[in-house]
Amino acid sequence: MCTSVVEVCSAEGAGKGDGSWFAVTSAVVSYDHPHHALLEDAITIDFVNPELGPGARAAVEITLESAKALAAALARAIAGAEEMEGRRGL
Amino acid sequence: MAYRGMTAETISISGHNGDKISAYVARPQGSGPFPGVVLIHHNPGWDEFYCETTRKFAHHGYAAISHNLFQRAGEGRSDDVAAKVRAEGGIPDAQAIGDTEGAVKWLRAQSWLNGKVGVFGTCSGGRLAFLFACHTKSINCVAELWGGRVVMKKEELTPKMPTAPIEFTKNLSCPILGLFGNEDAAPTPDQVNQHEAELKKHGKNYEFHRYDGAGHGFFYYDRPMYRVEQALDGWKKVFAFYEKHLGK
Repeated sequence: MCTSVVEVCSAEGAGKGDGSWFAVTSAVVSYDHPHHALLEDAITIDFVNPELGPGARAAVEITLESAKALAAALARAIAGAEEMEGRRGL
Repeated sequence: MAYRGMTAETISISGHNGDKISAYVARPQGSGPFPGVVLIHHNPGWDEFYCETTRKFAHHGYAAISHNLFQRAGEGRSDDVAAKVRAEGGIPDAQAIGDTEGAVKWLRAQSWLNGKVGVFGTCSGGRLAFLFACHTKSINCVAELWGGRVVMKKEELTPKMPTAPIEFTKNLSCPILGLFGNEDAAPTPDQVNQHEAELKKHGKNYEFHRYDGAGHGFFYYDRPMYRVEQALDGWKKVFAFYEKHLGK
C-alpha cells in the first residue's frame, strides 16, 4: 500500500470466500489500490481468519461513495437491530 | 528475425537472516554475459504483473529476478497474501532490505552475470528500491518508479518502518532514475520535489522525469491508471538508464 489507511477490528461470525464458508475472526478496512475494481484507490473490506491462512478471506473493493452509503446502511441496520433487541428484552 | 528464447522459473534463495524465500527468475537463453536486474514488487503483491515484468527484462537481454517479499505471510493467491500483509501493517523495512540483498547476492553468484546489477521497483517497491540503494554498496544503479512514502510524516512511522527513506539520502550508493506522475497523491509532486532537493543537496547522480496526464501506477496496463504514452516513454527511460549503467 502507498497509503497508511488501514483499520482492523475483531469480527465474530462466518464469511464465504472461494466457494466455501469459514469462521471469521477479524475485519480489515483500508483505502488502498484495489486488485480487481477498476479504480486507482478503493475502500477495501476483508473479512478474514488469519489462522486459516491467506485464502480465508471474503473481500470487497468499492468506491469511496459506495463505502459512505454502506456505512450509513450499516448504521441504520444496527439501529433497527438494537431496537428489536430492546423489545426482545422487555 | 533471430531466434530468441528465455528461461523462466521459480527458485529458492536465501533472504533476510538466511530465511528461504521464493524468487522468479527470467533470463535469455545462452551463456551471457547478461546484466542483472532485481525487481522489488509492490504491495499489491508478488503478482502476475511482476512475473510479466521480470520476463520483459529478459526479453530485453537482462537476467532478472523478482523475490517474494511476502513469503513469510504464507502460501496463497497473491491478492490474498497481500491482503494479509496489509492487515499486519506491511513488512519490516529491514527484512525487505535483507531479502533484496539476498537476491543481489544470488545474481552475483551466477556465471552468466556481466558483473552489473540494477534494481527496479514500483509503488511501495519503488520506495524499497530507493531505501535498499541507501543501505547497500552491491548495486550499480536503481530505478524508483513512483515510490510512495519515501517522504513520511512522523505519525506515519511504525516499528516496521521506523525511518522515512528520505532520511538516508546521503548514503545513496549509486545513480538513481525516478519516474513520477504529476497527478499522483502518493507521492505528491511536492514530495517528489523534497526527494529531488535532498538528492541535489547531497550531490547524488539522479535523473527524475515527471509526467503530466499521469498519476500513480501509469505502467499498470491492467488498471485504469495506465497511460500508454507516458508508460512507453517511461520504459524507454528505464532501458536507456540501464544500458548506460549496466553496460548491456
